[in-house]
Amino acid sequence: MKLSQQDVEYVADLARLQVSETEKEQLSHHLSSILTYMEELNQVDTEGVSPMASVVSQANVLREDEVRESVTQEQAVGNAPAAKDGMFQVPKIISDR
Amino acid sequence: MSLFKLTLKELQDSFTRGDASAYEIARAYFLRVSVVEPKVNAFLTVNDKEAIFVEAKAIDEELKSWRKTLPLMAMPIAIKDNICTADMPTTCGSRILGEFTPPYDATVIGKFREQRFFPIGKTNLDEFGMGSSTEHSAFGPSRNPWKLNYVPGGSSGGSAAAVAADECVAALGTDTGGSIRQPAAFCGVVGLKPTYGRVSRYGLIAFASSLDQIGPITKDVFDAGIMLNVLAGQDPMDSTSADVPVTDFTRAFKKKDVKKLKIGIPKEFFAEGLDSEVEGAVRQAIEEFDQLGGEIKEVSLPNTGVAVATYYIVATAEASSNLARYDGVKFGHRSKGNQDLLEMYRTTRQEGFGPEVKLRIMLGTYALSSGYYDAYYAKAQAVRSLIKQDFDQVFEEVDLLVTPVTPTPAFQMGEKIEDPLQMYLSDLYTISASLAGIPAISIPCGFSQNGLPIGLQIMGRPFQEEIVLRAARAYELVTNWRKKRPAIR
Repeated sequence: MKLSQQDVEYVADLARLQVSETEKEQLSHHLSSILTYMEELNQVDTEGVSPMASVVSQANVLREDEVRESVTQEQAVGNAPAAKDGMFQVPKIISDR
Repeated sequence: MSLFKLTLKELQDSFTRGDASAYEIARAYFLRVSVVEPKVNAFLTVNDKEAIFVEAKAIDEELKSWRKTLPLMAMPIAIKDNICTADMPTTCGSRILGEFTPPYDATVIGKFREQRFFPIGKTNLDEFGMGSSTEHSAFGPSRNPWKLNYVPGGSSGGSAAAVAADECVAALGTDTGGSIRQPAAFCGVVGLKPTYGRVSRYGLIAFASSLDQIGPITKDVFDAGIMLNVLAGQDPMDSTSADVPVTDFTRAFKKKDVKKLKIGIPKEFFAEGLDSEVEGAVRQAIEEFDQLGGEIKEVSLPNTGVAVATYYIVATAEASSNLARYDGVKFGHRSKGNQDLLEMYRTTRQEGFGPEVKLRIMLGTYALSSGYYDAYYAKAQAVRSLIKQDFDQVFEEVDLLVTPVTPTPAFQMGEKIEDPLQMYLSDLYTISASLAGIPAISIPCGFSQNGLPIGLQIMGRPFQEEIVLRAARAYELVTNWRKKRPAIR
C-alpha cells in the first residue's frame, strides 16, 4: 500500500495535525512501509469470524444515581492554558456576520 | 547491607521488625537516587525529599507506641509517568501535557497511599507509552543500568531502569503490547502484566484502552506477588475492571515446584529471527521446569505470525481516538497566537506531539477512515478473535506457556530509532498476550556474552496469575539470576 503525500494531507486533516513538508515526506514513507507489512493480514481467513469487541465478558455496570464528591470547578479549569471566570477560554468560534 | 539493595520483601521485614526506620529508608533511597540518577535518567520527576522525610518521621513517631505496619508502608516505589498523581506532574513523556498536574490520584495510587508508601518519583517512558526504548520520550532517553549505551527497553523503561539501579524498591509500569515485560527483560528485573481487567485503569492516561494494564516491576517474583495484592481488584471507577475474587497472591509461593502443571512451548515463538543466545537461555529454563516436575509439551499458536500487524492496527486506532482530547483547550500545551479554533488545534498538536506519536495517530486515523475501516480495523479485530481462540484452545491442553520475551537482548541507543517497523517487530513475543488479555510475567533467565540480561516469559489463563507466579518463583529459587546486579554505583 503506497500512501501519496495527498493521502497524508487528507489523513492529517482528519487527525487535526499540521504537518510540515519534511514530515509529509517522512510520514508517507513510513506509513507506506508499515501498511505494506500489514497486508499479511489478508492471508488470514476471517470468513464468519466476528471482530473482537472486548477480551473480558462485558455486562452493563450500574450504580445508584447519587450525588458524589468530584473535582471542583476551580480544579477542573486549573490546568487549562486559558481560563476565565471558571470557564475554558478558546479562540472565537462564531464569526461577526 | 545497604537498604537500597534489599528486595521489597526484605525491606518490608526489616521495617516491620524495626531494624530500619521509615526515615532511614527514605534517606537511603534519596541518597541512592542522587548518586546514580545522573547516569541512568530513570526519572522525569523526583519527589520532594523533605516532604517524604516529614512523612517518614511521622510514621516512625506513630509506630513508637504500637508497631503495626502495612505491607507497603514506607516502601519507596516509583511510578510510571502516565499514572495520575495529585502531588506530582504527570507528563506521559510528552510536551503536549505541559505542566499538567492531575486534580486526582489514579485508583492504584490511592490504594498505595492508604498503605502510606513513599512515592519516590515519576519515571520516564516513550511518549504516551508508544515505543520500545524510551528514546521516544520528549525529555530524553533513560539508560540501561547494565550498559549505559544500551536502551532500557520501553515503554516502562524508566521504571525498569530505576528498579535495576536500586533507585526504588519496586515500581509501577503499564503494559499495552509488552511495555512492562520487555523493559523488565532488558534490565534483568521482574515485570508482571496482569490479566486485562485485574487492575483498575482509572487514572491511567489512555493509550489503547482495550489493551492497557497497570502492573508491577520488581526485583524478584515474590515482590510482584506483594505488589499485586494491593493493585488487584474491581473498581467502580473503571467499568472494565473485573468482578473476580482477589486472593493473597503470595500464597502461591508455598509450592516451590511445578508438579502436575502442564507447560506448553509454542513452536511459533522459536522460529526465525530469535537470537541464538536468547534461545539457548530459554531452552535451558525449559529444562529447569522439567526438573521441577512440570510436564513439557510442544504446542501451536498458529496466528502468532500476524500478531504484530493486528496489534499495530488495533492499538493505533484506539490511540488516535484517545489522543483526540489533546486539543489545547482543557489542559496542557496550547500553541500561541491563533485566532482561529481549527488552526489552534492543528498547531497545538503539531508542536506538542513527537514524531512517533504523530505517526501512530496517522496510522490509526487511516485505519478507521471511511473506505478503509473494514480492510484494516474490522479485519484486525477479527484476527484478534482468532488469536484469542488460539490461546483458549491451547489452555485446554496446558496450564502455562513458556517463551522468550524478546527476540534479542537490549539493543544500542539509536540502533532502531530511524526504522519504526523494525522497532515494532521487536514486540513480537509480548504482543499476543496483550491481544488475548492474559497474564504474563517476564523474569531473568540468563545473560548474553556481553553481559546483558535475557528474559523468560510465562503466560497463563485469564485471572490465573497465581499459577504464573508460582511457576516463576519456583524457577527463580533454583536459579540465581536475580542475585546478579548491575555494577552501577
